[in-house]
Amino acid sequence: MVPFADYELPVQYAAGPNAEHRSVRTAAGVFDIDHMGQFALSGEDALSFLQYVQVADVSSVKEWEARYSLLCYDDGTIVDDIFIYRLPEKWLIVVNAANREKDFTWLQSFTHGYRVALTDVSDETYMLAVQGPKAAAILDRMSASDIAAAPPRTALQAEVGGVEMLLGRTGYTGEDGFELYLPPEKAVPFWDALLAEGAGDGLLPCGLAARDSLRFEACMSLYGHEIDARTNPYEARLGWVVALQKPAFLGRNALLKVKLEGTERYLVGFEMIEKAVPREEHGIIGFEGQVVGHVTTGMKSPTLDKFIGLGYLPRGMTRIGSEIHVLIRGRPRRARICKRPFYRARR
Amino acid sequence: MSSYHYDPDLKYADSHEWARREDSHVVIGISDAAQDMMSDIVFVELPEIGAAVAAGDAIAVVESVKAAEDIIAPVSGSVSAVNEDLNDEPELVNKDPYGAWFLKIEVEDATELDNLMDADAYSAFVESQQ
Repeated sequence: MVPFADYELPVQYAAGPNAEHRSVRTAAGVFDIDHMGQFALSGEDALSFLQYVQVADVSSVKEWEARYSLLCYDDGTIVDDIFIYRLPEKWLIVVNAANREKDFTWLQSFTHGYRVALTDVSDETYMLAVQGPKAAAILDRMSASDIAAAPPRTALQAEVGGVEMLLGRTGYTGEDGFELYLPPEKAVPFWDALLAEGAGDGLLPCGLAARDSLRFEACMSLYGHEIDARTNPYEARLGWVVALQKPAFLGRNALLKVKLEGTERYLVGFEMIEKAVPREEHGIIGFEGQVVGHVTTGMKSPTLDKFIGLGYLPRGMTRIGSEIHVLIRGRPRRARICKRPFYRARR
Repeated sequence: MSSYHYDPDLKYADSHEWARREDSHVVIGISDAAQDMMSDIVFVELPEIGAAVAAGDAIAVVESVKAAEDIIAPVSGSVSAVNEDLNDEPELVNKDPYGAWFLKIEVEDATELDNLMDADAYSAFVESQQ
């Protein structure tokens, strides 16, 4: 168990990170992600408030739909990455554990003048993720509702395994799957029932290490690594999230400038030519022999069986196929810039 | 409580390597406790055959999903063999820590092995670290 943003979370269960990772790619896995924060937003100005405080255009989001988005500072750097669900009468905003208090304070500071109620409901909500190609079928067997019929990035309210819960067809693994929001007192019995139901399908309990390797192969950003308060969405390859056509929102002026002028560095994917494990903070050496960037996440990919990484490099040095060197344990090791994502699920 | 396996025929270092004497050579690997604490091993970097080593030198690297750790030479001498199988299958270290040796050192002075712990002392040491 490791402390993670003040929560005690399992890095791995008995099977080990690589076996857990494979279970999600080939069958299913369940993650305890109760550390994630959830805020409820309601009131007649909820939509206009949301349009102002985050970068995506959620005006077309219908009830029971979900969207990925970012909170940005005035200078265009990132407060957090979030998931937004539109529910009847309210919105649910899901934030990173480490940013829960920061985000709440930040959002609260802009409520003045809006008729909205913003509430941190994290402690009343237990969050689990069930991910993998067999996730939908397993949950479907536990429910009278047609869970498997839910389209991607939608939500539904259903009774699953006797527990009334909200399910979003979303996730952080690059696989099909669901994120579950249920009453905390029901979490342990539901966890046990799910493990029993899914055992025959190969469902495993999965820890933080597998969660990290899964999201990394799918090139999903992790706050504090690929994105942080010194990173803008464009350099992090998240420009697609930013709806510059919205009239006014936090960070818009700065983001418009970045969009027009480009940014000094960009996130790239790379694959080691020489066998070695790239890790966060390792330097990346450019053509002229100097350290010009750094690794944000790197590891041996359990799915691809290759040593790969994500990192920042100056603009002009990011062409796919270019050779770079990664400074691993003091030694420059050959690598090649490659396409992202490293992994995409077959649908 | 831990349920690590300790091979009674081996000697152990406090940095979790095991050593076994074979005539004038000493075979080196990492203990069951070490592989378990490191979790899934993903990469092993082995030295050149013939490299001179002094007891206490970092002579190889073992990397897991969690971290990179040095393998410390428990004895002085020169590297006489490396286990090439670990280049392609580093997970052998997890599956069979006392079979998956890393390297052999041809020693000048086998009495350096006397500085290491026996299985009982090492298991007590591991327990004390938990």
